[in-house]
Amino acid sequence: MDLEVNVEKQHGDFHFAAAFSLGERRCGIFGPSGSGKSTLMHILAGLLKPDRGTIRLAGQTLFDSAAGINNPPEKRRIGVVFQHSHLFPHINVQRNLLYGWQRTPPAERRISPEALIEVLGLRPLLKRGVNRLSGGERQRVALGRTVLACPKLILMDEPLTGLDEELKHQIIPYLKKVFQEFDIPLLFISHSLREMRLMTDEVLVFRQGALEGRMLTEELARSSMAAGGEGYANLLELGRPRAAGDLWAYTWGETELILTDPGENDENLFKLDARDIVLFKTHPQATSARNLLTCRVVSLFGVNNRVGVELLCGNKRLIAQIVPESVREMEIVEGCELIAVIKASSFRKLG
Amino acid sequence: MESFFNLTPQDTHAIWLSIKVACAATLIASPFGFAAAYLLVFSKLPAKPLIEGVINLPLVLPPVVVGYLLLLFFGQSGTLGPFLDRFDIRIIFTLSGAILASAVVGFPLMVRAIRIGMEGIDRNCLQAARTLGASWWDTLFTITLPLSGRAVLAGMTLMFARSLGEFGATIILAGNIPGVTQTIPLAIYEYTNTPGGDPMALNLCLVSIVLSFAVLLLSEAIGRSLKKR
Repeated sequence: MDLEVNVEKQHGDFHFAAAFSLGERRCGIFGPSGSGKSTLMHILAGLLKPDRGTIRLAGQTLFDSAAGINNPPEKRRIGVVFQHSHLFPHINVQRNLLYGWQRTPPAERRISPEALIEVLGLRPLLKRGVNRLSGGERQRVALGRTVLACPKLILMDEPLTGLDEELKHQIIPYLKKVFQEFDIPLLFISHSLREMRLMTDEVLVFRQGALEGRMLTEELARSSMAAGGEGYANLLELGRPRAAGDLWAYTWGETELILTDPGENDENLFKLDARDIVLFKTHPQATSARNLLTCRVVSLFGVNNRVGVELLCGNKRLIAQIVPESVREMEIVEGCELIAVIKASSFRKLG
Repeated sequence: MESFFNLTPQDTHAIWLSIKVACAATLIASPFGFAAAYLLVFSKLPAKPLIEGVINLPLVLPPVVVGYLLLLFFGQSGTLGPFLDRFDIRIIFTLSGAILASAVVGFPLMVRAIRIGMEGIDRNCLQAARTLGASWWDTLFTITLPLSGRAVLAGMTLMFARSLGEFGATIILAGNIPGVTQTIPLAIYEYTNTPGGDPMALNLCLVSIVLSFAVLLLSEAIGRSLKKR
């Protein structure tokens, strides 16, 4: 996306400062509430004026305090999807969707409303008033409205917060599809690690108004294991299963996984806790677990009394979490072969 | 109407004049009322309490005082009087005076009504419009104004009704000249000061009630159709 930011803002007794440049197409702004994520969003969109600094997007200067440049929001071509959809209550879904599109110069209308309405599944809602939409539908319309303004960059400010777990995972496939299909750079703001992992490749971590670090989303997920709490979750995207007795068999890379849950969609998201993977040095004789995968150890990481073991099964990766004592006893080193044993019921369906 | 209410031609004239004054005052004041409400709701001016006080002043002052102040301001020896005189514009004892008096006295009511509606608008909606490529003016006309539609209507109704009943400021600024500035309340006042004028005063009271009621019904109807959208 080629975004260069170097800004400072004093807001009451909250001081915000950030300097970074981004190249990745799907980037995240991660941090707890009060870390300045929303401040950054407002500054980028032109809704809040920084005290000093510069903002450049794709070679164009949007803000430069020294040169006295401060493009208004409508001139920045940065789309925003707010936490609460903020649809216009006096017009119907269709007119909401087209609000930004009608204000986009015809030469810059890269996205056709027809195609987008199809991707987001909004056709049955077009004539409806926005007050008669569910939370998930509202957020889909808000996303469509922003995308149709054909922005150079889309900021999403906690777009899934406030939706329940199930709805969240119904929306995420739409989000991914839209960004894949229409190729728009994304800056995704969230305090949820799982949303980050699903939506972004790289993250900027903010804390108390300052940029604390920058890393790949996968690294951030791994570092969370050391922090305790939920631990690392493997996220698996699996296609349509076939029935295997009482259970369901899913193709996963070169091998097959046996799960208890049926997946109704073309793409189903499952979570597998790293602590639910048991490692064996040799193939166990008999086990109640349905999945026995032969894998190779790619790397070991972790701190304190937790060790993450990165496994390569065929061409797919899994992270298992064990304790240092097991590593010593089993003499696990990079490159050695192990059997990962996973119960069919350990895979939790998301959404 | 004349035969039904038993009105004299002078009464009819007073009724039409009342309607004219109320319509003109409402229409002229509306853009200013909207702007004032917008300023009070959305701006961050430090002088906001002061502006609010000035706007609300006619609400707490006796209308006679408002009328007298306007008379001093627009009179021959007033601040603005000689200036307007150069363009042959006269306010005192004219229809313009009656309209001005009504507009000033009703203004705070109108601003108050619009403001209440405007405060209910989600500011983020306005920000969303800006990020979608709408300029400040575009946002004002396509989001802010439609969303305050019902409030503006309520303000206009209050203003119109207040204008129909305006007496104190009007009689001081515009006088009580039959056919020129004599509106319904002024005509009623004159009848009550005339021996045997009570039945005639009562007739005009009835007209006043019917008129006010009609305005209320009309405003309700428009409000409902706005809500339906």
